[in-house]
Amino acid sequence: MRMFERRQLVTPGDLLAEGDYIAGENTYKEGNRIYSQKLGLVDFDDKKVFVVPLRGRYIPKVGDIVVGQVTDVSLNGWSVDINSPYKAVLSVPDVTGKSFSPKLDSLTKILGVGEVVVGKITAFDRTRDPTLTIKGAGLGKVGDGLIVNLTPTKVPRLIGRKGSMINILKRETGCEIIVGQNGRILIRGRDSKKVELVVEAIRMIEEQAHISGLTDRIKNFLKTGKGD
Amino acid sequence: MSITPQVEPLAKIKSRRMIKLLASGKRLDGRGLLDYRKIQIENGVIEKAEGSALVSLGATKVLVGVKIETGSPYPDLPNQGALTVNAEFVPLAHKYFEPGPPDENSIELARVVDRGIRESETIDMEKLVIVPGRLVYVVFVDIYILNHDGNLIDAAGIAAISALLNSKLPVYRVDENGEAKKADEYNPLPIQDCPIPVTLTKINDRIVLDPSLDEENIASAKLTMTFTKDGKICAIQKSGIGAFTFQEIIEAQKIAREKANEIRKNFFKEWI
Amino acid sequence: MVAIQKLIDENGLRVDGRRLDELRPIKMEVGLLANADGSAYIEQGRNKIIVAVYGPKEAQPKHIGLHDRAVIRCRYHMAPFSTDERKSPAPSRREIEISKVIREALEPAIFSEYFPRSMVDIFIEVLQSDGGSRCAAITASSLALADAGIPLRDLVVACAVGKIEGKLAVDPSDIEDKLGEADMPVAFIPVLGKISLLQMDGMFTEEEFIEALNMAKNACMKIYELQKQTLKQRYLQIEKEIQETPVQKGEE
Repeated sequence: MRMFERRQLVTPGDLLAEGDYIAGENTYKEGNRIYSQKLGLVDFDDKKVFVVPLRGRYIPKVGDIVVGQVTDVSLNGWSVDINSPYKAVLSVPDVTGKSFSPKLDSLTKILGVGEVVVGKITAFDRTRDPTLTIKGAGLGKVGDGLIVNLTPTKVPRLIGRKGSMINILKRETGCEIIVGQNGRILIRGRDSKKVELVVEAIRMIEEQAHISGLTDRIKNFLKTGKGD
Repeated sequence: MSITPQVEPLAKIKSRRMIKLLASGKRLDGRGLLDYRKIQIENGVIEKAEGSALVSLGATKVLVGVKIETGSPYPDLPNQGALTVNAEFVPLAHKYFEPGPPDENSIELARVVDRGIRESETIDMEKLVIVPGRLVYVVFVDIYILNHDGNLIDAAGIAAISALLNSKLPVYRVDENGEAKKADEYNPLPIQDCPIPVTLTKINDRIVLDPSLDEENIASAKLTMTFTKDGKICAIQKSGIGAFTFQEIIEAQKIAREKANEIRKNFFKEWI
Repeated sequence: MVAIQKLIDENGLRVDGRRLDELRPIKMEVGLLANADGSAYIEQGRNKIIVAVYGPKEAQPKHIGLHDRAVIRCRYHMAPFSTDERKSPAPSRREIEISKVIREALEPAIFSEYFPRSMVDIFIEVLQSDGGSRCAAITASSLALADAGIPLRDLVVACAVGKIEGKLAVDPSDIEDKLGEADMPVAFIPVLGKISLLQMDGMFTEEEFIEALNMAKNACMKIYELQKQTLKQRYLQIEKEIQETPVQKGEE
């Protein structure tokens, strides 16, 4: 039996379902009862119960595109902060194409502390830190742009079904928008007013992701330049 | 700041064996779940202290020394003596004890033993006044852990009351000028109760008493209850990262009270 | 300073007008600190307590990390201006003990095994203290943990029961604690049905102890409802505002 309806707000410890159900993401099962682990929106997919959290840091997933910041350089490579409990590791061969680096100094010149990169998670399990690659189309060091934060669980809302939301944003503002699954969004555009529109739209998503009709409100905002 | 402690890892074959034995009501050293190890109490071992006691609980060894000095009373309690309880997890007691200021475990132990003595009004504080409002006795109870093999709180509590029971109060006489002078006489410290702490330890879903250090390392939670001679509860402290059900707690206090009475009967006969 | 003060009057009312089974007024808020991953604020009677949660993040220094679960760090600290007489900012033995018991009260509710080698920091600042601050701190810490998106089995809720003039009283204030005969803080995790903090100083018979435990449980459940409401409040408020704002459909 379901205790809530789809997309209702639930808190940790809320009883979501009782009986023949499967505990999906952000829920846990005790006996035949399924409880929420987080504050978020409960949803059901046939027998699976899951919660989309409204807050939280990023848990890496292999294949995710992320926007990160270099925090340390060593002979093993670079440590990259990706808004996760674990720092991502970028290896030397991945960046230089060579397996041996002679001096720390030249590594820093290639990629220094504070630099921003767009990468892809290549491996992650809880026994070791996630590894990153910046080789590939659309990946690499970032020279300029603005980074905006968004709760990682709301990134799907920013992208929209089949990219509907993000495409509207790109089209209406003419900005280049790189969406990191880790809740870091990179915006590049010549017109600072258009960039501001994107920033504001992201803020609206952060605040209203749990309310339906968001796509219409964003469309409306972009057309009229007015917010909520 | 309190930090989740590193637990000394027990060899898996040992911990598995312990848990299997517990399921059938037995422990590694052959004891029943509610049995204490051998308790030994030696009183007056430190002559320079006003009172002292050395307690062994199996291999756990705790020495308590009582020093009685004089000092000003607390401003809000001008007609009472003062009591301070302190504990040292002496580095020689265990390979992981480091020298330094007391950590959260030794502070907790001192404060729990303190509550047992203070809340039961074991020491008649009003009889510790020399010059009302100006000069009172200050009783220092210092708990010295000499060897850690589990159940430190119970051992320390028993040692503390033993030491207090054989403590002597140096007599001060107040002369015509209101000056207090130390006379070469002693009176016993005025003791009016015999508080005994009993710690229950939860391992999986089993409750055991007097855990060894190995048993403590696989335990999820502990519950210490201190009882007065009338069987009233004067201090409670739950510790550890686990939790207890209401039923477990209510049963625990029955078991603990019985055990406190048993310890009193065996070692503090005058107080039953 | 100790004048003979009656704690219960002829009508059975306490110094602040409460009945024996009545909680002090409680106000709670989440998400008030922008830098923290999660935060909460509670007022319970004259207690004012703020909690910030940072994490899960990398364990620093590395050696305090655990290979199979997250390390929880908890600091309970009282501001110097929080009490009648100024309190020295250095951590007292009382604050050290309370930091430990609060951490141990929250640990059973956290799915720390999800984040090996990482760390969750809980910083509690008591801005004003008036009895029962460790309980209010636990209640607020649960909110801050939930606000940070840390996976929990349930919220942890806490309340104390005292004995004043021979009668059991819920949620004692500072003066009731100081002049009363017993004080017993209790933390409860409703979904697990377990108690994760239990302390007592004073004097209880067996019957008083059992009754006090039941009173604490009932009081905790009332506060638990408030916790849930507080968490949902912010989002329900935004939803309400959105629905009241007319939106013109775009040209598309």
